[in-house]
Amino acid sequence: MKPLSSLLLGATLAASVAVRAEFKADVAAIRQVGAEGKGNTQAATAWQHLAKADAKAIPGILAAMDDANDLAANYLRSAVDAIVDRELAAKRALPQADLEKFIADKKHNPRARRLAYELIARVSPATGEKLLPTFVNDPSVELRRDAVQRLIGAAEKALAAQDKAAATKGFADALTYARDEAQIKKIAGELRKLGQEVDLPRHFGFLTHWKLIGSFDNAKLAGFDTAYPPEKELNLAAEYDGKLGRARWVEVATANDYGMVDFNRPFGDLKGVAGYAFTEFNAATARSAELRLGCKNGWKIWFNGRLVFGRDEYHRGARIDQYRMPVELKPGRNTILVKVCQNEEVKDWTKEWEFQLRVCDASGTAILAKDRLPTPKAATNAKADSKKGSK
Amino acid sequence: MKTVLIAVCLATVCAQLNAADWLQFRGPGGTGISPEANLPVQLDAKSVTWKINLPGRGLSSPVIVGDRVFVTAASGTESDRLHVICFRAADGSKVWERQFWATGRTMSHPKTSVAANTPCSDGRRLFCLFSSNDLLCLDLDGNVLWLRGLTRDYPNASNSLGMAASPVVVGDTLVVPVENDSESFTMGVDVVTGANRWKRDRPKLACWTTPVVVPDAKSGAPVVVLQSGPGLSAVDVRTGQEAWYYTDGASTMSSGVFSGGVLYAPSKGMVAMKPGAAGVHPEVLWHNNQLTPSTASPVVLAGRVFTLNSAGILSCGDIKDGRRLWQLRTTGPHSATPVGFGKHLVLVNEKGLVQIVNTGAPEGEIVSKLDLADTIIGTPSIGAGALFIRSDKALVKLGGS
Repeated sequence: MKPLSSLLLGATLAASVAVRAEFKADVAAIRQVGAEGKGNTQAATAWQHLAKADAKAIPGILAAMDDANDLAANYLRSAVDAIVDRELAAKRALPQADLEKFIADKKHNPRARRLAYELIARVSPATGEKLLPTFVNDPSVELRRDAVQRLIGAAEKALAAQDKAAATKGFADALTYARDEAQIKKIAGELRKLGQEVDLPRHFGFLTHWKLIGSFDNAKLAGFDTAYPPEKELNLAAEYDGKLGRARWVEVATANDYGMVDFNRPFGDLKGVAGYAFTEFNAATARSAELRLGCKNGWKIWFNGRLVFGRDEYHRGARIDQYRMPVELKPGRNTILVKVCQNEEVKDWTKEWEFQLRVCDASGTAILAKDRLPTPKAATNAKADSKKGSK
Repeated sequence: MKTVLIAVCLATVCAQLNAADWLQFRGPGGTGISPEANLPVQLDAKSVTWKINLPGRGLSSPVIVGDRVFVTAASGTESDRLHVICFRAADGSKVWERQFWATGRTMSHPKTSVAANTPCSDGRRLFCLFSSNDLLCLDLDGNVLWLRGLTRDYPNASNSLGMAASPVVVGDTLVVPVENDSESFTMGVDVVTGANRWKRDRPKLACWTTPVVVPDAKSGAPVVVLQSGPGLSAVDVRTGQEAWYYTDGASTMSSGVFSGGVLYAPSKGMVAMKPGAAGVHPEVLWHNNQLTPSTASPVVLAGRVFTLNSAGILSCGDIKDGRRLWQLRTTGPHSATPVGFGKHLVLVNEKGLVQIVNTGAPEGEIVSKLDLADTIIGTPSIGAGALFIRSDKALVKLGGS
């Protein structure tokens, strides 16, 4: 007969194994949620189980967000919310040491790490303050932003104290780490006031050198789904019949801080037209990347000959990183073709026919081509003489 | 038999609800009119019972179920943190809060927000739609019942100016408008599972109007009227099949309202019609281009229909013939739709000025004002014996205990 302590230990271990198995099953149920409501019923049941767990379960739930789809991550994070609300209301502690360990492992989901940080900062603001400077080069956009804000604050203090050298260094350091557009804009402004040159297109990773061709017909918006020759063949020496005459490729380089490529400059202020922009991206290595586009016209984008995405919305607004598209860079030459369609509206605010595109990682850090050309000091845009040679 | 069953089901659901609850955009039946009687008319600083700061921006209206007030908000530099918060109506204390990350695009015009669409409730569940097309279903205690990311499912369903149309729940179907310039549709969703019951293509046109529920002229079963630039399309709630339509154009901003058996729709002014049925066209009763609403939706109170134009002029029309009876200059500009109780309308302008209008006065009369001194775009809600107004930063309770 086994001693009682052994039996109790065995029972405890068995219960622990059962709990772990149930936890894994709940996490699996949540992680399988998919399109159009698939798996919601099972996920909701699992959510009820997880939400009733004690605080010790939080790091495990956060870790379950690694590689989870964003719907599953939302199930998991809201379960953490429920646990934290209940535990803190009952004056029970959160597993702070485990949460700190979780944050320190940068392989975890950046958003989960940010949530872990917020939990720590909530129960121990001093610990939060202590951790913050360590996030200055963090894959989490939010953690990095808060850390960079401290650098900006220090540089502003130096500026207020008339210490221009310290302010310049402070802002330059902040720019090195900044990925948030508002912060970058602020820092660049301060540096330029201090007499420094700032290469924003390079910092963002905007693609500045393109070959453009236009214009093709987009009357009644039909051009969006019309495959004009540049979609069928890549021949930069070719000429085609365009809407207003012969269409041929012209070289354009943008000096715009935000990499804006303006079709109106080479082709004139046209309406009801479509144009294409082509460039190559010489990647140092194979890696995951994001194409980030801002455009208020209808557009389509092909990467290495594959249609990535397209959108037929016109003049509802544009901004940096409006659309984020994951791609896989291959080493060496990658091709990017952008189709930009202009509608037939004649109001002043419908004049723009342009786009901006950058290549970066998921945190917004620029990925630069091996042979990236210097950012132009001024725009070059050979005036396209599309009417010449017309039939 | 099917109709009887639907009617019984609806009656059962309705029996569980408190008539004074404010369960959706513009409250009971989407009319904007509350049965509450003891609400403050003479507003002053003492009318503010409590004011609670919110964790993010928004212009969605509060939803009120019993003694709880539910509000959505969005925070973060990318407005990608979605908040659903439950407060006690009595004292403004927070009961629970859940956060989610936006799964769709969060870009919007600065005047609006990702938390623009008003949630709705069937009295047991809360359905929250955001401009990012995140559709969240929670119970009233904050337990997650199901989640959808409609831009995940339909990648071109978005509006760079921001989406703002609100969902409505009818029986066991949630009607979700996702109308925009590109992948434009409205869908019916199973309230229990979040799965699609139907999905209907809609005009490719940015649209911010909220569906209106009306009875089918033949069966009395609920149909939902979808409004966009080309006009109106009334569809069966359970199947999404079109029952009747109206093609003389309609607003994409201000929503129609159904009151006293008549649908009032912003269409080249205002058109009043009796709803149709399958094979039966709606019967247009009158049309008046002097009753053109701007952003705010029309409201019907005490036999009159009211509209607000972009200059802040409140127009009053007779519901019998649409004749304009009077106009009252208010302090605009207004984005919020007026809400009403008794013979009074509550107007809130974009700078936070609350104006109480006595519609029973011969030419209408502003009887009191209260400056809440904050940006207010969202429509007020009435419930739990009080008026609840959400500003860009806070939730404010006026009146009540």
